[in-house]
Amino acid sequence: MSILQGSQILVESLLKEKVDLIFGIPGGVVIPVFDTLFDSPIKVILARHEQGAAHAADGYARATGRVGVCLVTSGPGACNTVTGIATANMDSVPMVVITGQVTTQMIGNDAFQEADIVGITRPITKHNYLVRNVKDIARVIKEAFHIASTGRPGPVLIDLPKDIALATTEFHYPATVDIRGYKPVLEGNMKQIKRAAELINASHKAVIYGGGGVILSNASRELTQLAHKTGVPVTMSLLGLGGFPGNDKLFLGMPGMHGTRYANYALSECDLIIAVGTRFDDRVTGNVEKFAVHAKVIHIDIDPTAISKSVRVHVPIVGDAARILAKMIPLVKRVENKEWLKRIDEWKTQYPLTYTDSEAQIKPQYVVQQIYEATRGDAIITTEVGQNQMWAAQYYKFKSPRTFLSSGGLGTMGYGLPAAIGAQFGVPDKVVFDIAGDGSIQMNIQELATVVHNKLPIKVAILNNHFLGMVRQWQELFHNRRYSSTCLIDNPDFVKVAEAYGAQGIRITQKKDVRPAIEQALATPGPVILDFEVAREENVYPMVPAGAGIREMIEGLA
Amino acid sequence: MKHTISVLVENHFGVLARISGLFSGRGFNIDSLSVGETEDTTTSRITLVVNGDDIIIEQVMKQLNKLIDVIKVNDLTTDEFIDRELALIKVHANGKTRSEIMQIVDIFRGKIVDVAPSSLTVEVTGAEEKVQGMMDLLREFGIKEVVRSGKIAISRDNKAAHR
Repeated sequence: MSILQGSQILVESLLKEKVDLIFGIPGGVVIPVFDTLFDSPIKVILARHEQGAAHAADGYARATGRVGVCLVTSGPGACNTVTGIATANMDSVPMVVITGQVTTQMIGNDAFQEADIVGITRPITKHNYLVRNVKDIARVIKEAFHIASTGRPGPVLIDLPKDIALATTEFHYPATVDIRGYKPVLEGNMKQIKRAAELINASHKAVIYGGGGVILSNASRELTQLAHKTGVPVTMSLLGLGGFPGNDKLFLGMPGMHGTRYANYALSECDLIIAVGTRFDDRVTGNVEKFAVHAKVIHIDIDPTAISKSVRVHVPIVGDAARILAKMIPLVKRVENKEWLKRIDEWKTQYPLTYTDSEAQIKPQYVVQQIYEATRGDAIITTEVGQNQMWAAQYYKFKSPRTFLSSGGLGTMGYGLPAAIGAQFGVPDKVVFDIAGDGSIQMNIQELATVVHNKLPIKVAILNNHFLGMVRQWQELFHNRRYSSTCLIDNPDFVKVAEAYGAQGIRITQKKDVRPAIEQALATPGPVILDFEVAREENVYPMVPAGAGIREMIEGLA
Repeated sequence: MKHTISVLVENHFGVLARISGLFSGRGFNIDSLSVGETEDTTTSRITLVVNGDDIIIEQVMKQLNKLIDVIKVNDLTTDEFIDRELALIKVHANGKTRSEIMQIVDIFRGKIVDVAPSSLTVEVTGAEEKVQGMMDLLREFGIKEVVRSGKIAISRDNKAAHR
């Protein structure tokens, strides 16, 4: 056992947790930590804004399944991570955020660059710590990684005062964690699993509805087996995309506000919902009073608070989705649902997911389809938030888990580019494509510097309509086209912006140039920004208006 | 319906903030909250009185359980329990009313803990109805100030002995 300084204990502990990469920005009180990191095998990726660092750690975690780590300074540095932490918290992303803090005797004194980040982040973290004794650092790190990555994952924040980082003590890394208030249930109650299997076997119009939990628990193989064995069709929420093959015959696409008509009709008419790792978000259910009124509900989730929160559940099963599904699969049989599948096929034929293409203009949906084809569905797609996100979700057919990274719960514009950085570091040999809007991309565009500095081959497709498009769509449909504060006609020249940062920029104004530009970007070893001038007032359809039931979809097709 | 919820928590700083923040953040209403150390100095007991229907109470229980620092959550209302509250009541008093007030306090087995020329301070302990009953009777003399501890509660153990 050796005597180490707090910052060394921190770094040694991170090494014990097999951390090889940290996203962060230094500042006054974390200089000692960065100094220790300078000689360590841990690679520090310098972001250009702490929000970018937090989203990059998030993107790394979503793409790899490992805990993403972010390190920033006190006060403004810590506060800048708040949106990133809230994003990770809403989408259950395992992340450890380490913030520097002013010295313990200065805490509460309104010291320079002091903010009560533990207080600020209490409602948006799974747990957080203020370390007040150097002897606690190792245990806190051990607990933080355990809490972040087990149960329903989430972000954990560790606030480390400067004097604690400089104090010394013996370093001993605990082998185990024992937190008496935290014992996630994993296995699932066998009686409930049997009841669920009986309901499935007796069903005639069942639907599997999976969410982000399928991906988090690596249950996509089991979910696919369940669907194939029973013949029950599958819809996946935004965060679940990739958890079930997007080109499978049983796949219904995404449900909800901008879901497919056939997914929403199926949920509305089904007699049984098998919900897996999902929380019946309001963007999925629409008006809950009108949601799946005929259906019994089986709900598998590791978080008991997700069960019966918004929709009444008949068979709750608390535990890890992969383990529960593995126990359920032997108990189910091929269900009698020929009529049901026929009805769904009719809906698919009658109400396909489609748009009116144009030769004169570039349709944003067309761009997404071309990206899908050019990457053969093998890329990791990150998105910003808004129309770009919905078109990416609708028209890119995700084959496998951890290939679609998007801010679902919080809906954070500016997520896509930094998340792409994290994903590319985590999965270096995959193509990473950020499908962006012209509004969102500007919310963290400074991270282009991080991309270029690290020679990351990230591609960014800006679906540029010179609007905050989704808000404009709502204004068009519900506010008499009064485009209040949504017009971005003075956007910068994104090609020049790309070039200024040292990336390549290509502007595409003709439909015929869309595919060649994507191919050119893919053939370029470095980062490329594709600025697609798309149809300005294209809307995302179908759409469930706010407050309506998910059957009540509006369509924009002429 | 009112539920009395007993929450065993780690005796760490910030735990109370987590719990009160949970209630305000999720729009649950707390009628009363009291907190103190238990027989084990590493834990504290928080007694909450919460108003809500079954669905809300189910969420409250689950959300409390989800907090890392919460060790155990118990809805005492589902079984037999004993609850007590302490109130300190400062009531107007003069030569004419003093003895009448003292009689009332006696009936409720309260205690006079401070006497001043124009007021008496009364201590009363009991179930909510008792504290309320005494306050109702003292109101006619003019209550200057009331401080209530909030309810604390404990489950009944050996039920037969109490029946």
